[in-house]
Amino acid sequence: MREHRNILEANGLGKRYGSTWALRECTLAVPEGRVTALVDPNGAGKSTLLNLAVGLVAPSAGKVTVLGGRLPGSRPALDGIAFVAQDAPLYKNLSVADMIYVTRNLNRRFDRRYAEDRLAELEIPAKRKAGKLSGGQQAQVALTLALARRPRLLVLDEPVAMLDPIARHDFMATVLAAASADGVSVLLSSHVLTELERVASYLVLLSCGRVRLAGEVEALLATHHLGSLEELALAYLRENVTEVAQ
Amino acid sequence: MTALTMPAAPEADASLRPVPWRRMAGIIWRQHRVALTGVAVLLGVVAVLIWIAGTSMHHSYAIAVACQPPGSPACQEADLAFLGSYGFLANGIMLQVLPVLIGAFVGAPLLAREIETGTFRYAWTQGFGRWRWALAKLVSLALAVTGPAWLFSLLLSWYYQPYFFSGNQSLGLTEYTPFFPGLFDLHGVAFAAWTLTAFAIGALAGMLIRRVVPAIAATLAVYAGLAFAVGGLLRGHYLTPLLTTSPNVPGSAWILGQWWTKGGVTLSHATMDHVFNSTMPTVAPTGPAVNGPAGKDQAFSSMLQYLSQHGYTQWTRYQPGSRFWPFQWIESGWLLALSVLLIATTIWLVRRRAA
Repeated sequence: MREHRNILEANGLGKRYGSTWALRECTLAVPEGRVTALVDPNGAGKSTLLNLAVGLVAPSAGKVTVLGGRLPGSRPALDGIAFVAQDAPLYKNLSVADMIYVTRNLNRRFDRRYAEDRLAELEIPAKRKAGKLSGGQQAQVALTLALARRPRLLVLDEPVAMLDPIARHDFMATVLAAASADGVSVLLSSHVLTELERVASYLVLLSCGRVRLAGEVEALLATHHLGSLEELALAYLRENVTEVAQ
Repeated sequence: MTALTMPAAPEADASLRPVPWRRMAGIIWRQHRVALTGVAVLLGVVAVLIWIAGTSMHHSYAIAVACQPPGSPACQEADLAFLGSYGFLANGIMLQVLPVLIGAFVGAPLLAREIETGTFRYAWTQGFGRWRWALAKLVSLALAVTGPAWLFSLLLSWYYQPYFFSGNQSLGLTEYTPFFPGLFDLHGVAFAAWTLTAFAIGALAGMLIRRVVPAIAATLAVYAGLAFAVGGLLRGHYLTPLLTTSPNVPGSAWILGQWWTKGGVTLSHATMDHVFNSTMPTVAPTGPAVNGPAGKDQAFSSMLQYLSQHGYTQWTRYQPGSRFWPFQWIESGWLLALSVLLIATTIWLVRRRAA
């Protein structure tokens, strides 16, 4: 049964800020158990879609559900989804140990041993204030806290945009380990296509606030006779632009 | 693409219990210990200063009260020593800023800092739930600032007691009305109520403005406007003022207005000034003997006698000192209602607002 569930479903979903639509007429279904890449090379659509999925913003049009039909922001949705926002916001004046305490007490489930072991492995001192950590360490702390919640869905908004190449690699390795070992569904956004290459098995391509393409990466590549995600995305974006131009 | 038909959320959802409220206690302490310690230190330091000044003031007051016979040079000196501690009255103004300092620096950053630094994206996506998180924080911190403020105002009530003692006038000592502007909201329960209101204003300002420093500035401005409007315009009308033609209004009364009439006609200030100036030399004895406060009092009472004999009536509109507690409860009551409304609005915004 599980594999037939959709981790995210949108139907005619739209979000408007003032008179600008950040996302419009978005209809898609993302199956459970995948690492889904949300690519939007030139817009705020991906961030908007993620914020809608975690319930931080409410839709202006249409409907979105998560974890098999739950409303974002509802108790079961909050319980099953862990979100790492852009720039991995942590309380800068709290120590890493305090961040663990806060996250543990804000959630029904929290794997304290996992969190502490993982941070020890990364050699991040528990007594250090979060604000004193490097960008890469902060991202790792935020990711560790999110995974220690044992979520069904992990949502990452531009997770590696601010990281150096080594930190990027380490971060993605942690995400992939969680996805393959624990079966966590992952929904991550990026404007850099190359870094998604290794990790994504499902692709959602947005452009100008609309969904252009959605599907299994391998199937998409096979259909279009292309070698890489980047070529596919570029081809599709160009195609769309010319279609509009005609 | 997978079909867009979804089963309804399973029954298991219904049994999903919310994260217990008590778990917020340790979180709130960890996140706000600096602010709460700051409030405790600020109130503690001021309390020690007031206790030192108050002990010496109460001491000189006791000497002035016990002094026999009243009016003797020794007693006038004792009264002056008591009056000397008046200097501290100026601190009434300084103490006025305490509620708004606490409110602005604890209330305003509460949500503004989360939004400014982006941590609301963390806090509002945890299992606890965003409106429950906001409710737990706002209510706990409201209590955490109002409680100490109330304890502090007990000390202030003790400090200002001698000024308001109703026997002062008959002892030849200075007596203040407990409604004295700038002092009314420092004793009784009003101080705690104003602190709560400042906190609630700060929290809402932080949620609306979303940036810490402008939210603090807005809190200071809104609070100052409210405090001046209440003190200057509203407070005198909580209960209908009393009206008297007696020239002996007790010192505890809060005089809202005084005017003269003759033959049912209200006389202007200019007219009365003219009457005073033209009749003063005829009724009041002059010379070196009448200089000093006692002589002036005497001249004033013979003046009043003269005026009443000639058909002038002095009217006084006032709030009697006995209404102090009703006024305290009225003011604290509506401030509490306002604070609850502001906090409820803030929580509603957290729940509704697309951040």
